Amino acid sequence: MTMGASLRRVAAILLRLFYLLRGSSARVVPLFAWQAVDIVLWGFISRYLNTLSSARFNFIPALLGAIILWDFLVRALHGVIVAFFEDVWSRNFLNIFAAPIAISEYLTGLVLFSVATSVVVLAVMVVLATAAFGLQFFTIGVMLVPFLLLLFLFGVALGIFGAAIVLRWGPAAEWLIWPLPALLSPLACVFYPLSALPGWLQWVARLVPPTYVFEGMRGVLEGRGTQLTPMLICTALTTLALLAACRAFLRVYRHAVRTGLIARYSAETVS
Amino acid sequence: MLVVKGLGKRYGFTVALDGISFQVGCHEIVGLLGPNGAGKTTTINIVLSVLEPSFGRVIIDGMDIATHRREALERTNFTAVYAPLPGNLTVWQNLRVFAMLYGVPSARARIEALLHEYDLLQFRNTKCGLLSSGEQTRVSLAKAMLNQPRLLLLDEPTASLDPASAREIRSRIREFAAQNEAGVLWTSHNMYEVSEVCSRVLFVSHGKILLEGDPKTLPAEYGKESLEDLFVTVAREPLSLED
Repeated sequence: MTMGASLRRVAAILLRLFYLLRGSSARVVPLFAWQAVDIVLWGFISRYLNTLSSARFNFIPALLGAIILWDFLVRALHGVIVAFFEDVWSRNFLNIFAAPIAISEYLTGLVLFSVATSVVVLAVMVVLATAAFGLQFFTIGVMLVPFLLLLFLFGVALGIFGAAIVLRWGPAAEWLIWPLPALLSPLACVFYPLSALPGWLQWVARLVPPTYVFEGMRGVLEGRGTQLTPMLICTALTTLALLAACRAFLRVYRHAVRTGLIARYSAETVS
Repeated sequence: MLVVKGLGKRYGFTVALDGISFQVGCHEIVGLLGPNGAGKTTTINIVLSVLEPSFGRVIIDGMDIATHRREALERTNFTAVYAPLPGNLTVWQNLRVFAMLYGVPSARARIEALLHEYDLLQFRNTKCGLLSSGEQTRVSLAKAMLNQPRLLLLDEPTASLDPASAREIRSRIREFAAQNEAGVLWTSHNMYEVSEVCSRVLFVSHGKILLEGDPKTLPAEYGKESLEDLFVTVAREPLSLED
């Protein structure tokens, strides 16, 4: 099997998603709307906090920078999961999985769609935050690259894991996936340092890869720099999460093929 | 084109398929008949590799689907009433996406030819969800023909077509089987259609093949007047036909 044929099948998945985006403003607007609302909300909160403090600490990069990074992760998650939901909503599994496409090619298509939408949304968020609130996002410097990469990969891992849950438990399980970012955000220490959590919760938060990114970001903004060890731990945890998510999806897919769930997906479960 | 050997599927203690074996040869249209729940769709799902058999083998154009899934599926295509193409894409977009998935060479020309052949030119930019069920069936058939499959699986392909369109489709599929190195496995509850199209039929009941033969001569061999009478007997009194 040639690489060209494999790329063509990945491109087919991307093309389908592109067609859907192109033909529907209801799909395009939500890509940006919630992130824009977040920027405006946290921009004004940051400005207000700046007036309350003794002006020694600038909340804009700390809070607005954090919300941009967090929304980027959420966008990466949504990029994968919404692309998967398109096949759920249009009951397209039988057509897709009876075609000569490998699961790895299908997932690659979803991830590449997430890359495309996440990068565009990130650019829009940065432009909006810079224009409206004077955020200097790139003062985070070169560490921005690993921060964004690690957040994106963790978002993708959550998206693939969410897809596995929905494939296993049916379309109604979609409602288990949407609240995932909200459930994770307190543990990811997006707006406050890890030390703000009680001791036992700190240990839980240390298992959540984005925690290290947000700690690292605050370190850079406060001039302390970023330590190598936490970033290595974050990389290891993110890689582990990604591998575990892919494995979970593959196992669920095999279960679906064994039990006939793919062919009878609208029934939600065969057991 | 298709060799099915001792194919079985069990869900716990429920037997959906009980070791069936059959073949579909080149230029042949084989009818898979039986009452609801007999195992027809289970067979098709296994051949399409979206359902894993409990035992047995499926070989498509010399490729075992257990070991050469992708190569086997590149040579296969299908249409089924329960698998419409996404309604939120246009006819052209759906055919373009599936042409890429199936690796169709000169895809644009092939799609144009199929739009013409299946009388879909005026619907090229219409979303599939806005088409009538008969038009959607024609789009699904066009998709099934995209890769000029060696094995074509048709699960009640004319179920939602008016008699004139159904006749036209039957004639196209007969032509397809006659002119290509391909075989067709066809399920239908329309016995008139089966007699007209299929060169051989397999009667399935409770996961087993009970009868096999020429649809024109089979009823008389079992003392029935028509294929429909034979079907009713298979559905109601399968034991009376077992050896």
